[in-house]
Amino acid sequence: MVVHAEIRMVHRGGSKINFREPVITHDSRFLLCAAGESVNVYSTSTEEYVHDLQGHTDLVTGVVLNPSNHLQVYSCSADGTVRLWDFTDAILIKTFIIGYPIYSIYVSEKHGGVVFLVVPMANYKSSELFQLVAVHLPHSGDQEVEARELSAVLCDVSHHPGAASFGREGEYIAAVKGLQLEVFFFKKQKSYRFSLKSGMKKGAKNAFTCVSCHPKEDCIATGHEDGKIRMWRNFNQKKEYTYSTLHWHHGAVNTLCFTPEGTNLLSGGIESVLVHWHYTQENQKDFLPRLGAAITHIAVSPDGSLFCTSHSDNKITIIQSCVKVSAVIQGLVKGDGVWTNLIIDPRSKALVLNGKPGHLQFYSLHHDKQLYNLDIVQQEYIHEEGLDQFEVVKAAFDARGDWLATVEERRKKGAELEINLKLWAYDELTQSFVLNTTVTAPHEDRITAMFFSPSPETTMLVTTSLDGHFKAWLLADHSDANAEGFWACDFVGGYHLLKPGCCSFSADGSLLSVGFQEVVTVWSPASWELLTTLSQPPGAIRDLCFGRLSCSKYLLGASTKNQLCCWNLLTCSLEWSTPMDVSLLQTDPLSENIAAFCSQSGSSDLFVFKPSEPRPLYSQKALCTGKVQHAVFAPRDQMLESCEERTQWLNRSQLYFLTQHMDLLTFSTKTEEDRLLASSKQLMVDDSVAVTPFYLLLGKHRGQQLEKQEALTNPMAERTQLPQGSIAIKELLHTPAHVLPSASFLCAMFVRSLLISSSSAREEKEHEEGEMEREKEEEDSEGEADPRLGESATWGHPEEFGAPALTKAQERELRKVRTFDHSWLSSLLDC
Amino acid sequence: MASFKSTKIPIYPKLGEKVTPDTLYWKNYKAPVQIKEFGAVTSIDFSSLAPHNYAVTASTRIHIYGPFSTEPVKTFTRFKDTAYSGKFRSDGQLLVAGCEDSVVRLFDVSGKVALRVFKGHTKGVHVTDFTSDCYHILTGSDDYTCRLWDIPNSTELTSYKEHTDYIRCGTTSKLNRDIFITGSYDHTLRVFDARVEKSVMTMDHSQPVESVLLYPSEGLLVSAGGRYVKVWDLLKGGQPLVSLKNHHKTVTCLSLSSNGQRLLSASLDRHVKIYNTTNYKVVHNFDYAASILSLALAPDDESIVVGMTNGVLSIKHRKSPEEKREMVGKQRMQPVYRIFVKGRNYVPKKDDFLVSKPVKSHLAKYDKQLKKFNISKALDTALESWRRNRKPEITVAVMKELDRRGTLKNALAGRDEQNLSQLLNFLIGNVVDPRFTPVLVTATEMILDIYQAVVGQSSVVDRQLVRLQELVEREVDYQQDLLEVLGMLDTLFATSLPRKECFSVFDGTSSDFENP
Repeated sequence: MVVHAEIRMVHRGGSKINFREPVITHDSRFLLCAAGESVNVYSTSTEEYVHDLQGHTDLVTGVVLNPSNHLQVYSCSADGTVRLWDFTDAILIKTFIIGYPIYSIYVSEKHGGVVFLVVPMANYKSSELFQLVAVHLPHSGDQEVEARELSAVLCDVSHHPGAASFGREGEYIAAVKGLQLEVFFFKKQKSYRFSLKSGMKKGAKNAFTCVSCHPKEDCIATGHEDGKIRMWRNFNQKKEYTYSTLHWHHGAVNTLCFTPEGTNLLSGGIESVLVHWHYTQENQKDFLPRLGAAITHIAVSPDGSLFCTSHSDNKITIIQSCVKVSAVIQGLVKGDGVWTNLIIDPRSKALVLNGKPGHLQFYSLHHDKQLYNLDIVQQEYIHEEGLDQFEVVKAAFDARGDWLATVEERRKKGAELEINLKLWAYDELTQSFVLNTTVTAPHEDRITAMFFSPSPETTMLVTTSLDGHFKAWLLADHSDANAEGFWACDFVGGYHLLKPGCCSFSADGSLLSVGFQEVVTVWSPASWELLTTLSQPPGAIRDLCFGRLSCSKYLLGASTKNQLCCWNLLTCSLEWSTPMDVSLLQTDPLSENIAAFCSQSGSSDLFVFKPSEPRPLYSQKALCTGKVQHAVFAPRDQMLESCEERTQWLNRSQLYFLTQHMDLLTFSTKTEEDRLLASSKQLMVDDSVAVTPFYLLLGKHRGQQLEKQEALTNPMAERTQLPQGSIAIKELLHTPAHVLPSASFLCAMFVRSLLISSSSAREEKEHEEGEMEREKEEEDSEGEADPRLGESATWGHPEEFGAPALTKAQERELRKVRTFDHSWLSSLLDC
Repeated sequence: MASFKSTKIPIYPKLGEKVTPDTLYWKNYKAPVQIKEFGAVTSIDFSSLAPHNYAVTASTRIHIYGPFSTEPVKTFTRFKDTAYSGKFRSDGQLLVAGCEDSVVRLFDVSGKVALRVFKGHTKGVHVTDFTSDCYHILTGSDDYTCRLWDIPNSTELTSYKEHTDYIRCGTTSKLNRDIFITGSYDHTLRVFDARVEKSVMTMDHSQPVESVLLYPSEGLLVSAGGRYVKVWDLLKGGQPLVSLKNHHKTVTCLSLSSNGQRLLSASLDRHVKIYNTTNYKVVHNFDYAASILSLALAPDDESIVVGMTNGVLSIKHRKSPEEKREMVGKQRMQPVYRIFVKGRNYVPKKDDFLVSKPVKSHLAKYDKQLKKFNISKALDTALESWRRNRKPEITVAVMKELDRRGTLKNALAGRDEQNLSQLLNFLIGNVVDPRFTPVLVTATEMILDIYQAVVGQSSVVDRQLVRLQELVEREVDYQQDLLEVLGMLDTLFATSLPRKECFSVFDGTSSDFENP
């Protein structure tokens, strides 16, 4: 949109870091992982984000270390390029254009200059058929090289990156798909296929899921859907191959990995247990349980000391020597769905939404980092498919952030719904929420909406449910012995047995509106009196909100039948209505603005408006595909001062919304981006050092110190040169202090030596420039707590004036020496 | 890594009365001693002299019991008709009693024959009392009069005929020898001053007055009549202070606990209620087997004596503190061995490097099994007899957890007869408990599914299954009845609600009657 060029939609909350297998560098200091359209580099020791490798224009689908240079890394992407990077400095070295979307990449030390890529079959671009091709990367000096020489190695392979693996010293490659294992020997240029029966026994699912080859021996480990691991041996012929079976997983084996020496085999699956099989004693195994979520990838550092596992909840865990989790890199958890709305925690200003199963995640929008997870369900999560588990479906904060209310539910097939309402009090001491009250079965049916009253006097919670009631919950006064208050139901309301779908408090908490299908009822929470009913049939009310500040007399309602209505509460009449299919209404808590998301023909539009004004402040068509279900206005920590009409609504708060594909988007303006860019430049740090908070604190300081020292060594070099001429001073300096005559005696001598004949006055003038320079340096060095300081101050003069006997020629010589570059010396000193 | 989260045992709200200091205090009595008297016990009075004997007036006798005796210490039988209101004098030497034959008799506690006989009333005398100077006697009679008698001369001093119905209660002031209060069936309470010809204060109780009681400070007066207990402020000229209606039959007797903090009322509805005298809320309640006519507390609340219409005298003695301590001591004996951890009280020195040991979290037995996915063993542990009987909520919580894991059926399967009957026993005991029903119903269904093939092979199991079936059927009937009652109540509520469009719902069904 040209008109609104200054407002841009920006992705927030990072991308999936668990999409592909991460890579640990040779020195085990960095971890690289594909994250959306870039490759992120993290420090393994501090789990801190270092930088990213940007350049791809589509999803990055694989990252591998360059086997011939351990400081370089190959990445492939769906945009059809393979790029070679220097990851320490985030420099793009080369781009190889392949021309087909690439799904995964494999390299081997034996095949230098060749990468193996999985690309779609050339003639069926859209189909699900993939082939493994070898690409000779041409040597050329250009930045961009076209590499179109593809030679097919295997046809019909899986696009899954774990489904192929190089064998011992790159002699063969093993690939699995469906029920077939294919091994291709490069020497013989021959492939063998081994297939399993679809079901040897009843219920067995034999399909292959992943493969890994032993790095030192001829052995292939394959993972299967029924949780078995088969170790294939003697496969270099068609007939006499053997395999043994290991079985521990009860779900599918997601990933397999041999340690570099081949002594251990690691496997992981949905159980979220890292299983550690000993290669030589196959029945012996170690476990690392409760890693949090299903394991999707396992990677081992080249020296075998670090393992890292990616998990389905957008997390990478770094494990030290198979026993200790040393670091967790956690992105914004994007689960199967967000049932709670997007909420802003009033205290930390963090975005709150569903995180890990049964948890709420607190995500700092300003730092783009997950703060913490709050365990709501407090139950052991069973990692198993097909289980109905408790899920957090609603959450709400009160105005000050002292209370958090959560609703969790679990629906079993053919059994009744289990709902729990939990109320959490903020504990100042531990800086987190502590469970205060649990209400089992607060309603007989699903809870549709839950809000705290914004009024500061009372803490009241209102829940509406499909059982036809809405309930008000109050903190019971703790008059009796129990010191801590608990929550209890205060009022149960209903309206003609209609099912309430939404509710909303007015900004001051004096009015509560509950939408009962077509009817909006307005209640007074103080007396629980039904004040009025508003209705605009047909169409059930989908969303309700009150106007804020100067527009607080308006009540807005969005109905299912393409209507957005605005009622004036003073006259109890309809102010205006427009035909709009509004899926979501969101009010800005800091201004009068209301954002309405409309879904139209498969995409969403956004309108930002004031209820009192007929014209929208801002509108954006075709925001994203699909319906926008969740949005929130997050207050800015620093107000923008844009006076342009179109961007004014972004001054106080920022609108975040979640698309159907679980992308967190926001709007930002140009000025804001400039500001962010500037601040990020400031934060640029030396990449050669692992970025730790400690480093950030001290590194800058040390850098400055280094510079200073360098600046110091140069003049020092000059100075040490100069006094050599004066033997008296040399003597003075080299004689031990205790044998020297008293200072008063020396002083007289010293001062006498400074007395100059009138003839050198002219020369002095000539020297003035140099002197000034020197003085500046001295000033510089004054800041340092250097013991030499006193001396250097005394040196300065004797060197210049202490040798009045010098001839003019000598003088010139001296000047030459001084202007001479002595940096070589300083470099020598550095060594 | 994240540790195992133990199974959540839900805490259910305790039903019934809350435990307050009052309930603890009033529950701290031994089981009652019961003595059968010849007729209804109309009056009990404690002697203020140690060892605090008490006089029990029943039928034509007055028995005097010692504090711990079940046999009467002394008996006065010289009554020609039903005796009433046996009262000790404040020094515990004399006892006065009225009689249906209108004669008032004064006894020496150590003697047998009446010392004085006061004749003058024309009908039965139900009220007798000593004045505070110990020389006069107050009597009230069914002939509507109350009189003062001089003990040395055995002559009538004054007679007041202001009541218009039977005088059935009365009390003298303990601070002033001239003031006394009477209550009558004419619904009034009258305060008399012996120095004045007429009553000085009249209060209307609006019910026949059965009992009056003066506070030790004598600023407040409590009267009981009908179902009401009323408190009057005498210093404000007989202003009513509170009216309590906690009994559903006539309140017959009032008493104050020794420290004056609690008021006790006994009623024909067989309850004794204890009120807090600061806010007049019921803090405790005693139940008795028959309608109560009289009630008295020993000094320091050492015992509660209650007389009933069926002639049973019930005496509850307070538990002595030694016994209580003994009980506590027994509980404290529990751990039979002690663990001494070496170096536990070692204080680290300044330069010591502390290596923190990982805190080992304690898991319950069933949790340990659950952690290892040993589902059957976990259920076995949860079904251990003491846990099953004492803490059924744990067993149910483990079942729920297994159900959540989708493995309850596996855990229930494969049990032998003994195990299964144990399980069924548990179900029979708890399936109708509303707290556990949702979980146990699923478990029951699963058991029936699993074991239907083997029904008929074991008589024990079959019997239990039949019992379970009966139980469930009965419960279903109950629920149906309850729903009917609920429907009736809704009708009542709906008719009593004002006809407005809005309403607050107590139950969903009420709206059926609301729609215009």
